[in-house]
This record gives sequence, structure tokens and C-alpha cells, in this order.
Amino acid sequence: MTATTAPLTRTPARAARRPSARLRAWATRAPLLPALVFLIAVTQLPFVATLVISFFDWNALYPKARRFTGLDNYRQVLTDADLRHSVWTTVLLTAAVVLASLVLGLVLALLLDRRFRGRGIVRTLLIAPFLVVPVAAALLWKHVLYNPEYGLLNGLSHYVGGPQPDWVSRTPLLAVEASLVWQWTPFMMLILLAGLQSRDQQQIEAARVDGAGDWQIFVHLTLPHLRRYLELGALLGSIYIVQNFDAVFTITSGGLGTANLPYTVYQSFYQAHENGLASAAGVLVVIGSLVIATFALRVVSSLFREEVSRA
Amino acid sequence: MRALRRHGPGLLAWLAGIVFFLPIAWMALTSFHSETDAATNPPSFTAALTLDGYREFFGSGGGASPWPALANSAVASVASTLLVLLLALPAAYALSIRPVRKWTDVLFFFLSTKMLPAVAGLLPLYLFARNAGLLDNIWLLVVLYTSMNLPIAVWMMQSFLAEVPVAVIEAARVDGARLPVVLTRVVAPIALPGIAATALICFIFSWNELLFARVLTGVVAETAPVFLTGFITSQGLFLAKVCAASLVISLPVLAAGFAAQDKLVQGLSLGAVK
Repeated sequence: MTATTAPLTRTPARAARRPSARLRAWATRAPLLPALVFLIAVTQLPFVATLVISFFDWNALYPKARRFTGLDNYRQVLTDADLRHSVWTTVLLTAAVVLASLVLGLVLALLLDRRFRGRGIVRTLLIAPFLVVPVAAALLWKHVLYNPEYGLLNGLSHYVGGPQPDWVSRTPLLAVEASLVWQWTPFMMLILLAGLQSRDQQQIEAARVDGAGDWQIFVHLTLPHLRRYLELGALLGSIYIVQNFDAVFTITSGGLGTANLPYTVYQSFYQAHENGLASAAGVLVVIGSLVIATFALRVVSSLFREEVSRA
Repeated sequence: MRALRRHGPGLLAWLAGIVFFLPIAWMALTSFHSETDAATNPPSFTAALTLDGYREFFGSGGGASPWPALANSAVASVASTLLVLLLALPAAYALSIRPVRKWTDVLFFFLSTKMLPAVAGLLPLYLFARNAGLLDNIWLLVVLYTSMNLPIAVWMMQSFLAEVPVAVIEAARVDGARLPVVLTRVVAPIALPGIAATALICFIFSWNELLFARVLTGVVAETAPVFLTGFITSQGLFLAKVCAASLVISLPVLAAGFAAQDKLVQGLSLGAVK
């Protein structure tokens, strides 16, 4: 786009008429302003407020005792064993879910990339988990699948004489992760399928003529081509899963060591009314997200540059 | 061996499809069972079908009616989607068709706000809402959902609008058309499928949202996902009802998602995958 449109503005004739050029520049920016102003007001201002509150010792139940404590909240958050645990849980949950759903999604995309009877139906069946409202999906796993007395998992296990464990209390984090992998695999599959279908078929034919096997084509042609799609899936998945609240809140209510940072922030101000601590934890979530985000933006911008150079 | 090679992947795909869909199919079946049949071990596949779960859910069984929550979700999702389109369309237009200096920076600023976690502003928003008397007000959610979806919408629409040929727009402008006319008569028809996909995704995200709704609403403005959280601790006494509730509340998203599978991918990957 830039390449085609930039010359239009930089014609000498327009630059010469200065006041009108300035007016023109404003007219060009004007359509952007409502969205920008709105976004800054609704997302950036509250974050600044969170930052300010994070420096105060402020329990909502004792508002008169509010006072400035500098970095004390951060010290407390970072030294509190529970909170440190929730940092670790967030990392573990995000990494496990993203990796597992990416690998599963890749396998499913490779299967769906082939022609077979009923491919459209299978694709629709596979997408469905992603389209269930997250709270509903979490309820489904908690009550309908995991329940030790009448859940489907133990019900099926009963037929083969298998064990009847209480999944949520025995492997709580894994239980949350499994439900999220089920929800996110279709998303990864869809992105990777789009990647597979954009491969250069002639190149693959040529490799085949040269005697390359399926595995060689996969390793040397398909995987390199899929790299940017894998990165995109991993990054978008991370952004959403690092912020996950619904599954943790619904399946374990943050108990049994499954409280991640978003849940901890929610709990520390909603239940413990510790505004300062909650804000400090919130700022830490932001810092964590920024690390992912910088990386994410770099990948997205490289995708973007490719698109521009193609245009 | 040859047959396996030929049909193996297809069969495997069918198996995977069935495994992934099984929980939803089971949820649907359970929703049509009576509560006693729903809560048996081993599970019953042949129990009599009944609409009791749905009757219970819709409130004739004495529980709270879900209609206000469903209506709130509809209002929040539809209104915020419209507001997003109203704000994002001109912005995307400026970013993709009319040149703006440093426009990629602006685009990245939009995207970066999406990476600011919701919890980052939750407390100030709660305090603001409480002091301004906006707690438990559905219109506060409309504003927040708009800000939640706006960055993605600007990105998606920017990539869709970039497909509109500049020459066509220039021609319209030379003929003396002003911005609103250019937008509605020239740009919108070409970019309509993309705009529809954007709207769909905004609708789905708003419909699904739980954290803001949970913290900022109570009785009056409760949304469907918040209503569902009422089932978190029900200990199996209402399994059919839980399944019916989950299905009914997921239905708009399932329907919209099935109808626009391809657009969904393109939109969710911010237009990067085409």
C-alpha cells in the first residue's frame, strides 16, 4: 500500500500550497481520531490508574488507611509464595496448552489437507469445540466429563474395567489444561490448514518427480513454509491463554494450585479487597504480556512487511 | 497396505473429528435426558428423551429465568459490535486507503492495546463505575467490549480495505464525492464480506466475555456467561439443566461460526492468513 499511495501526497504541487496541505493532512488523520481517542481513554487511562494504585497500600475495607508505600506491593507480590506459585502456574499453563494444541492442530491440519470422503463434515466437527462459549466449555468438562460419579470419562472407563479417579482433585492443572487444549486445537488447526493450502503445489510436484518421499517433502518443504503460520498460531494462542480466566475460575475456582495470575488479580481485589496488591500483580501480568507482545509484534510486522513487498 | 495408505489418513481424520466432537454430542444428548438418567454411572445411551432440562433452564421449574441475561448479552454484543464498526471503519479507511504518515506505527499501537491484559485496568474501571453509579449497567459493558474489539477490528478491516483499488476511490473523489459517500457507496460494497467477518468476530468475543461482566455487573445487567457461572457448584443435581443451558447459550456462536468458518480464520489471524 505505502508504495502505491505515498507518491500521491508527496507531489510538489501539493507541498507548495502549505496551509491547504496542513489542512489536508488533518483531514486525512481525522477519520482515525475517534477510534484512537476512544481506545486511549478506555484502555490506557485505566492502566495508568492501575500503575498509580500499585504504589499504595490500600485495602478497600479500610479506605482511610490508604498510604503510599512505593515498591512494597511488588516486593510482597514477588516474595509471597502463593503469588509466586501463580506466576509459575501461568507460565506452565500457557506453555503446555499452546504447545500441545499446536502439535495436535498440526497433525489434524495435515490429515484434513488430504482429500477424503466427508472432509467438510470432519472439519465442521473439529471446529465445534472452539465455538462453544468458554464458560460453557469449562462447565462441560467440570461436570459432564470429569465428575467422578457420573462423568463421561469414568463412565467409558467403567466399560473396560478401568480406574475411576476424581480427575479434578487428582490432576487439577492437567484437567484445566486438557479442556483448554480441546478448545484451542481447532484454532491452531484452522490457521495451519490455511498455511498448508497456500503451499506451492508445483514445487511439491517437482520434488516428487525428483524422487523425494513424503517425509522429505514434509521436512524440507512443508515445515519451512508453515513456520510463519506456526509462529502466528503460537503467539495469538499465548496472548489469549496467558489471560485465561474462564477455565480456571470455572473448573477449579483457582483451588488446588491452579490459580494463574489473572485469577489471582481477580481474587485479591474482588475477595480480599487488597487494591494495592491486586494492582501490583496486574502490572506484573502486563510486564509478562509485554514480553510476549514485543515478540508477537515483531512476527506480525514481518508478516506485514512481506505482504507489503508482495503488493 | 495400499488400501491403508490410501484410506488411513481419512479414517484417522474421521476418528479425530468424532473424538473432538464427542463431548459436545454427549452434552447435547444429556440435555435431553431426565436428571436421574443424566447422572448415572455407567452412562446411559438409551434413556428416554425429554425436554425437562430445557423447561428447567427457561425457568418454568422455579429457577431464575435466563431471558434477562440472554437479552443483556444480545444488547451488549450487538451494540458494541455496531459501535466498533462505526469507529473502526473510518480508522481502517484512513490507514489503508488514504495515506497517513507513520501509519504503521498507529496500526501497531492499535494492536498493542490488545495485548494489554484485561486485569490491567479492571480495578480502576470498577472504582470508576462504582463512583459514577455505573455498576450493573449494561452500557458500561458495551463501552468496554467496544474497546476490547476495536484493535482487532481496525487490523482486520485495514487488511480487507487494502484490497479496494485506490484508483476507484480517487475517481470517486475527483467526481466530488465526500468521505461519507465514498465510504458507503464505493468502499463498503467491495469490502462488505470482510466487514461482515469483522462484525462476526466482535460479536463472538463480546458474547463469550466473562471477566468484565462478572466484576462489573450484578443482578440487572448480568450477561449469559455470568448466568452460567451460577452452575459452577451445582453438584450434579441439575446435569441436564447445565447441559441445556450451555448449549442454548453457545448456540448463537456455534451458528455464526459454522456459517463463516473461512472468514473466521482469516479474521482471527488478523488478516495475515489468506
